[in-house]
Amino acid sequence: MQETENKMKDQKYIGKSAVRIDGKVKVSGAAEFIDDLDFGPDLLYAAIVESKFAHAVINKIDTSDAEKIPGVVKIVTGKDFPFRFGLYMHDRFIFAQDRVRFVGEQIGAVIARDAATALKAAKLVKVDYTELPAILNVEQSLTKDAFLIHPELRYYKHVPWFFPKGETNIAHLRKVRKGDVQKGFKEADFIFEDTYTVPRYAHCAIEVHGAVGLYDNSDRLTVWTASQSPYTQRNLFAEALAPLGLSHKDIRVVTPFIGGGFGGKAGVSMEILGAALAIAMKGRPVKVLWSRAQEFYNTYQRQGLTARIKVGLKKDGTIIAMDNILNWDAGAYVEYGANVVNAAGLSASGPYNIPNVSIDSVCIYTNLPPGGPYRGFGYSEFLFGLESHLNEIAKKMKIDPIQLRRKNAIREGDILNYGGKMNANGLIEAIDKVEKEIEWNKKETSSDPNKAIGKGIALFWKAPAMPPNASSSAFLKFNEDGSINILISGMEIGQGLLTVMAQIAAEVLTVPPEKIRVETPDTDRNPYEWQTVGSHVTWGCGRAVESAAIDAREQIFDIVERALGKDRKSLYLDDECVKSKTDTNFSLSLRDFIIAGIQKPDGSYRGGPILGRGMFMPEFTSALSDPETSQGGHPNVHYTVGASAVKIEVDRQTGKVKIPKVVLAVDVGKALNPDLINGQITGGLLQGIATVLYEDMRFNEKGKLINANFTDYKIPTSMEIPDEIVPIIIEVPQPDGPSGARGVGEHTMIPCAPMIANAVEDALGIRIKSMPITAEKIAMNLKHSL
Amino acid sequence: MRQEIQFKLNGEAIALEVNPNEVLLEVLRDRLGVKSPKCGCDKGDCGTCTVMINGKTIRSCLVLAIEVDGQEVVTLEGLMDSGLTPLQKSFIEHNSFQCGFCAPGMILSATELLAKNHKPNKHEIQEALSGNLCRCTGYSPIINAITDLTTKKK
Repeated sequence: MQETENKMKDQKYIGKSAVRIDGKVKVSGAAEFIDDLDFGPDLLYAAIVESKFAHAVINKIDTSDAEKIPGVVKIVTGKDFPFRFGLYMHDRFIFAQDRVRFVGEQIGAVIARDAATALKAAKLVKVDYTELPAILNVEQSLTKDAFLIHPELRYYKHVPWFFPKGETNIAHLRKVRKGDVQKGFKEADFIFEDTYTVPRYAHCAIEVHGAVGLYDNSDRLTVWTASQSPYTQRNLFAEALAPLGLSHKDIRVVTPFIGGGFGGKAGVSMEILGAALAIAMKGRPVKVLWSRAQEFYNTYQRQGLTARIKVGLKKDGTIIAMDNILNWDAGAYVEYGANVVNAAGLSASGPYNIPNVSIDSVCIYTNLPPGGPYRGFGYSEFLFGLESHLNEIAKKMKIDPIQLRRKNAIREGDILNYGGKMNANGLIEAIDKVEKEIEWNKKETSSDPNKAIGKGIALFWKAPAMPPNASSSAFLKFNEDGSINILISGMEIGQGLLTVMAQIAAEVLTVPPEKIRVETPDTDRNPYEWQTVGSHVTWGCGRAVESAAIDAREQIFDIVERALGKDRKSLYLDDECVKSKTDTNFSLSLRDFIIAGIQKPDGSYRGGPILGRGMFMPEFTSALSDPETSQGGHPNVHYTVGASAVKIEVDRQTGKVKIPKVVLAVDVGKALNPDLINGQITGGLLQGIATVLYEDMRFNEKGKLINANFTDYKIPTSMEIPDEIVPIIIEVPQPDGPSGARGVGEHTMIPCAPMIANAVEDALGIRIKSMPITAEKIAMNLKHSL
Repeated sequence: MRQEIQFKLNGEAIALEVNPNEVLLEVLRDRLGVKSPKCGCDKGDCGTCTVMINGKTIRSCLVLAIEVDGQEVVTLEGLMDSGLTPLQKSFIEHNSFQCGFCAPGMILSATELLAKNHKPNKHEIQEALSGNLCRCTGYSPIINAITDLTTKKK
């Protein structure tokens, strides 16, 4: 394990709740998002010709009527771009070729002088279809004689850790086998089995997806995108468009601020259209901006899950065996979603030490929109079932649900599902603190006979899901006045990355964060970052920035040693100056020489601009393992763990749930900026609570999403917040994290669904096994249980 | 059939020919280059296009440009004649926003509230902001910034 240099000595900037360095640009309205950029009067607009059917063969596309509309410049269809692409599996095309696989899939695009004309003409493109059987759920997709959604599956290129089953609709099967699960169940005193279901969800970033492409007359392609993944996009554009002779060096991706990501703007979804349409319209910028409806039905959706969970326990509550089958509704294309299935499969036993485990995590094609990453990357989905089920088990075995969890909680050194060892963590501390804060042992009743009060708990864990060679890099440039520009391609998606990176560099170089500027990426200017996903950039990009700062510091000491003959070992930085432990009178301000150099008595100079460079790759990881058992590799860098508990008040008549109090404790390793972590807790909790109380995607019998807007797909407003939120930060250091930090962004959303389900059960005695747990569902269940 | 309208935008007199079906949000963003109002849903659900007409917040995606003839329109840009307002400063201090996309609309709604009610309670703040969706913050850091500003001793 590569250890970080910055030990937790006295720190001046790390661990402090600094204000965001992007605070002013955001509250002043100066922050530019993709749709705010100006491209001049020759900008063209594209509108998409979309599939009307969930599954159909395209016989003919007639564009003649659309071409007659004044202002239409060009119409492109699948035949213009017959290239397969994808992040982890090449199963998509830029436009549908001979077949459409979900309602809303892009078949072609009309490019026009203005958006309204493009839209009007797109509606006039006639597509002649032959309908195919639409497969709208996993059960149907898994039947023996199911129609094949991807008949060519076995030929698809994919990463080596995927195992597609040709001639079926199974795009990937992650099998985990640890210990001897049959023996485990034989030795168990109790076995409990049940099935839990989770529907699809939408990210609902308030900013929609957008992309603008310009392929100029010198063959240079620039694409401005609303994205979490500029370098991954550049790589995929280059790969997908390689037949046209594009090289990485000629492709530039610029990502201004984005209005929320949550995984939805990771990888490449509609942004490929910006690149492709620019190629089609050489010399002119082309803009594609999704409508709110398209944002719902043609970006990644959180996948649906049917989880069959089986748990074997000894009389004393020790979990001895677990056998889970997770059937994921992954949608029409799984180039990203299959890795959600993979990551969830590896960890679907939850944060527990279980000797015998069997997990089948199955990625299943359906004729619904493509699944993909969403904050939590599969963990929210399987933990709804698992954490609900553990409460049912506790109830049946008459054990306190917290005791059951504490007894089985994973500890440092315990063997993970793939054979590696669990990292140092504060899970037990989190359980203890949450238990105390929510007053677990205090049974509460409402003075209103119509109201029932209940409490619920859930544990959570999650590891970043990333390829073993996912890396981060950073440049750090000093300016004449001693201020600093840091160049990274980690993306500011609201989490506060820019601020925390400034704090990390500030700590090493003793330059305060307000004198450091960090901006959003431009691949021409900023060095490589894999993607801003998986709660890994504070950790990975943070290490790169830390090492760039150390590199700059060493250059500074070099110059001082060379120019002034100071003993290098005695030098240190303090308050923006170089000082010496042996010569206490010596103090040289950074601003005096970090560009200009240090003048020698003969008038010559030593030094030159200080330019730090840093890089980080987790060299200890590997995705290679036995496909039948998942044993042998080291796919996960570390797990972040925690516990959350809630107190709810339910109306017995209407089923409406109010949340007087919620507590979340998370072990962040080291809180680099506690206020920003509290922000992640407050925001993640509400996003998670919304998935269980309000949201879900509704499809009709033809596979069409029927609530693709904020009127029918309700996300919480300021009226829906819990009365009280108690964030608890735990710090058990991550040895290879910057100052001991590990990621926290996704984790705060993960425990919400099961803890509310458990609280509803505690309040009313009803167990709801399918999300969402809406007021209507609670009221109907209550009626039936009377 | 284009029609000339005259209105005040952030204090500046504007005269402009518009089509009767042109929406205020488009005119502000695409023709006048005022980019703080954003389009998040195009049907009045999300509040990112919030602007003020005669001191009252409205959804500029639901208003036709011809309707503002003779009116006074203020966007976030128009609040900062003498730099950031105390409210904006409080939002910075509290790290209230994450991605910042909802910020312009949210700030206008909060500004409208404080113009009418100098010491709003938590529920009043929640109600005033309920038309502005935010997916990042869980709203509490925004509400806290307003509460702190209005309860601070002068």
